[in-house]
Amino acid sequence: MKKLFDTLCVAFILLSVCVFPSRALAEEGPPVYGLFLIDQAEYGYDGQDNPLFWDLTSWVGGDWNRLWLKSEGEISSDASSLGAEAQLLYSRLIAPFWEVQVGLRGDLVTEQESLTRGHLVLGLEGMVPYRFEFEPALFISQAGDVSMRLRVTHDLFITQRLIAQSSAETNLALQEVPEFGVGTGLNDLELGLRLRYEFRREFAPYVGVSYEQAFFEAAELRRTQSEPSIRGVAGLRVWF
Amino acid sequence: MTRYDHTSRRRFLKGIAGMGAVGMFGQFVTGCAASTVASPREEVLLAPGPEVDLKLARQRIEVAGQSAWATTINGGIPGPVIRLKEGQDVILRVENLLEDTSSIHWHGLLVPYQMDGVPGVSFEGISPGETFEYTFPIRQSGTYWYHSHSGFQEQTGIYGAIVVDPAEPSSYGETREHVVVLSDWTFEDPRRVYTNLKKYGGYYNFQRQTLANLGAHAARTGGVFDAIRERFSWARMRMDQTDLSDVTGITYTYLMNGLSPGENWHGLFSPGERVRLRLVNASAATFFDVRIPGLEMTVIEVDGMPVEPVQVDELRIAIAETYDVLVEPNREAYTLFAEAMDRSGFARGTLATTPRASAPIPERRVRPLLTMTDMGMAHGAMGHDMSQGESGGMTHSEHEMSDARVSHGSSMKMEHVHGEMEMSKAPPVCGTWVDGVFEHGSDEHGPGNIMVAQRAKTRLDDPGPGLRDAPWRVLTYGQLRRATPSSSTEPPTREIELHLTGNMERYMWSFDGVQYEAGMPAVTMKKGERVRVVLINDTMMAHPIHLHGMFFELDVGACERNPLKHTVSVGPSERVSFLVTAEEVGRWAFHCHVLYHMMGGMFRVVEVLP
Repeated sequence: MKKLFDTLCVAFILLSVCVFPSRALAEEGPPVYGLFLIDQAEYGYDGQDNPLFWDLTSWVGGDWNRLWLKSEGEISSDASSLGAEAQLLYSRLIAPFWEVQVGLRGDLVTEQESLTRGHLVLGLEGMVPYRFEFEPALFISQAGDVSMRLRVTHDLFITQRLIAQSSAETNLALQEVPEFGVGTGLNDLELGLRLRYEFRREFAPYVGVSYEQAFFEAAELRRTQSEPSIRGVAGLRVWF
Repeated sequence: MTRYDHTSRRRFLKGIAGMGAVGMFGQFVTGCAASTVASPREEVLLAPGPEVDLKLARQRIEVAGQSAWATTINGGIPGPVIRLKEGQDVILRVENLLEDTSSIHWHGLLVPYQMDGVPGVSFEGISPGETFEYTFPIRQSGTYWYHSHSGFQEQTGIYGAIVVDPAEPSSYGETREHVVVLSDWTFEDPRRVYTNLKKYGGYYNFQRQTLANLGAHAARTGGVFDAIRERFSWARMRMDQTDLSDVTGITYTYLMNGLSPGENWHGLFSPGERVRLRLVNASAATFFDVRIPGLEMTVIEVDGMPVEPVQVDELRIAIAETYDVLVEPNREAYTLFAEAMDRSGFARGTLATTPRASAPIPERRVRPLLTMTDMGMAHGAMGHDMSQGESGGMTHSEHEMSDARVSHGSSMKMEHVHGEMEMSKAPPVCGTWVDGVFEHGSDEHGPGNIMVAQRAKTRLDDPGPGLRDAPWRVLTYGQLRRATPSSSTEPPTREIELHLTGNMERYMWSFDGVQYEAGMPAVTMKKGERVRVVLINDTMMAHPIHLHGMFFELDVGACERNPLKHTVSVGPSERVSFLVTAEEVGRWAFHCHVLYHMMGGMFRVVEVLP
C-alpha cells in the first residue's frame, strides 16, 4: 500500500511539472477547455535559505465537470531540501459560485532521505461575498491522519493592470505526524501580499512579502527549519 | 464607381466584381453601398434575374491597415449588399470554400425553415467544397442582414446587409440612401476569445473600478463614502458594476462598412437631399449608440418593419437589429458616430458632400456603471441608494427565497407549469400588461445561474445604462409604433416564460439555467396559435434575443400598434414580453445574439407544429 502511494505521489508531482493540456475545443460533443495557471513561481529572500516556491493550479474539462491539478512546493536554494505536494481532483459545479473537489494528494519531503505519503482529499473551491476566493479542504492520509486547510485569496485592482493579491493559508491537524512537521491542532498561518502588473492578463511579474508562522506542536517540530519568518518575494504569474 | 474607388481594397474588390456572372448582382463591398436612388448604379443593383452567388472563403485581408486572416463573402468584409425585391423568387447560391462546415442565415427574412440556414436545426449545414442553393419567395421589404450560423465565422467576417425594395416604390421621399453595416473585428482567433472568457470572464474588461479611479467614481456618486459603499455592495454580490460588454475595445476594432475609424467610411450626399441610412448591427458582441452630431434622425423602419416616424438624436442599436433613419443634411460634413455601449471604442464614418470632407469626432463619454435599476431593485433607486444591497434587489441563487414572494405583478392569474402558464379565462385588457412588476419565484435556475432579478420590471422607456443622462432625445422601445395597425389583436391563449440566465464566473449562458444541447426538447407551438412569450433577464447584461422565422409583436402597450421585431434587447433585470402568432411551421432557432452567449448555451429551438 505504501509503495502504491509513493508511486502516486511521485507521479503527481511529475505531472505538475509536465505540460498539462491547456485546451481542446472539441468540434463535436461537449466542449472542453483548460487552464494552466502558475499562480506563484517565486524567489524568496529571507536572509538565510532564500528558497524557491511554486504554486500552480490547472484544470481541464467543461462547464460542469473538471479535472484539477494543484501543486505547490519549496526547494532550498542549494537544492538540498525539497517539500512538494500535488493534488489530482475531480471537480463538479454544485452551486453558482462553488465546486466540490475530490481526489488524491501526494506529499514528498526530501532532506537526508525522501519521505512520501498520500491523502484522500475532499474540498471546495469558490467565491464568497466581497469576492474572496475560498478553498477549504479536508485530507485523510494513508495512515488515517486527518488534517484541514483553508486558503483565502483576494484581488484588489489598484489600476487596470496593477493588482494586489492578498492571501492567507492555515493548516490544522487532528493527529501529529512529526516526520512531516505536522502537530496536533493549529499548525501554521501564512499571509502574503503580492503586487503584480499584468502586462497581459496571462503574464504578470510581481513582488511582495510573505509571512509565515508555525504554532504550538508544529512550531516545536519545525523549530530547526523555520522560525516565524518574513521574507520578500519576487516572481512571475503566468497562465495559458 | 469612380466616386468610391479611393482605396486599394475597393479597387481589388471591384476586380472581383468583374468576375460576376450576368445574373449576379449586389455590391461587392458595402463601402460602395452608396446608391443614389434612380442612379445608373441602382439599375445594376436591381438587375433582373434575382440570383446571387456568394463565395465563402478564408483569406488574408486588410483590416484597419493590418493584414489579417478572415472568412469572407466574395472577397471582402462585410459581404455584398444583397438587393432583392418584394415578390421575387430568389436563388441564393452559397459556395463554401472554407475548411469547415458553414451556413448562411437570412436574418429577418421570412423563409421556409429549411432555408433558414442554422446547422443542426434547419439543415445540415454546407460542407466544405459544397454549394447550397437557397430558394424562396420574398414576402416582405426592408433592411435585413445575413450571416454565418456556424462556429465563430460571423466574428471573422461572414456577414452582410440585405435590402429588399418594396413592390410599391418607397414613400419616404428619400433621394439617396446608404447602407451602414456596423461590426466588431478582432485580430485574435475568436475561439481564443471564447476560451479566454471561459477561463476569466473579466479578461477584456479594462474599465473596472480600481483604487486609482475612486476619485472619479466619488465625483459621480457625490462622495467618497458613497462610492466605497457602492463598490462594497457590488463586491458583496460578487458582481461587476462595469461588466457592460464581455468583449471590448481592448481587442476589438469597430468597423463601419468594413472600415476602421481611421479609414473613415464616407457616405456622400448633395445638400438638401433627404438621405435614408440603413443601419445594421452585424456585430458579434457589441451594442452601438449611434448619433450624428448636428443632425436629427427620423426613425422610419425597425428590423425592416415600418414604424410611425420618431425623431431622435441618438439610438442604441442592439446586436442584430436594423434601424432605418432619414436625415436631411445641409452642411458639408457630419460625423456618423457609433460608440460602443461600454465606451471602450467606436466606429465612425462621415456623411459629406465630398469624399475628402470630415467633421469633428465627438469625445467618447465616460464608461457607464450598472445601477440598482439594472439589478432589479424594488424602488428603482439609482446610483447611491445602495444601503439595501442584495436584500432589496437581486438575490443570489443559492439563497433561500420564501415562496410567499411568488406572485405576478400583472393582473393575470397564472399557474406555473414548468415555465409555461395557462391563461385564466378572462383575457387581460390589451395594453395593461406592461405595467407588471415581476417578483421572482423560488426557482433560481441552479448552478448555471448566478443571480435572479428579484423584481424584474418592464422598462420600455429606459434607454439603458450610459444613455439615461443623455442631454438629447434617445430612442426607446416604448416609442415604437408600427406604421399600419395589426389586423390580429386577439389575446394570446398561452404564455411561455423564459428566464435569461448565466454564470459569469464560468461564462455559462442559458435559458432557465439550462444550456442548450443538441437534441434537447424544443419549445413547441401549434400552427396559428397565438402565444405570449415573457422574457425575464436574471443576468446583469443586456441580451439581444432573436427569434428566427417569424416576426413578433413587442408588447409596448400599444395593442394593434405594437412594433414588429425579429430581435429584442432585454436589459439587466428587465421583463419584456412579445406576442407571436405561430404562422411559420418548422424548427426555428431562438437565441441570444451575442455570439459568445449563444455559444455558451443561451439557445433554444422553437418548433411550430403543423
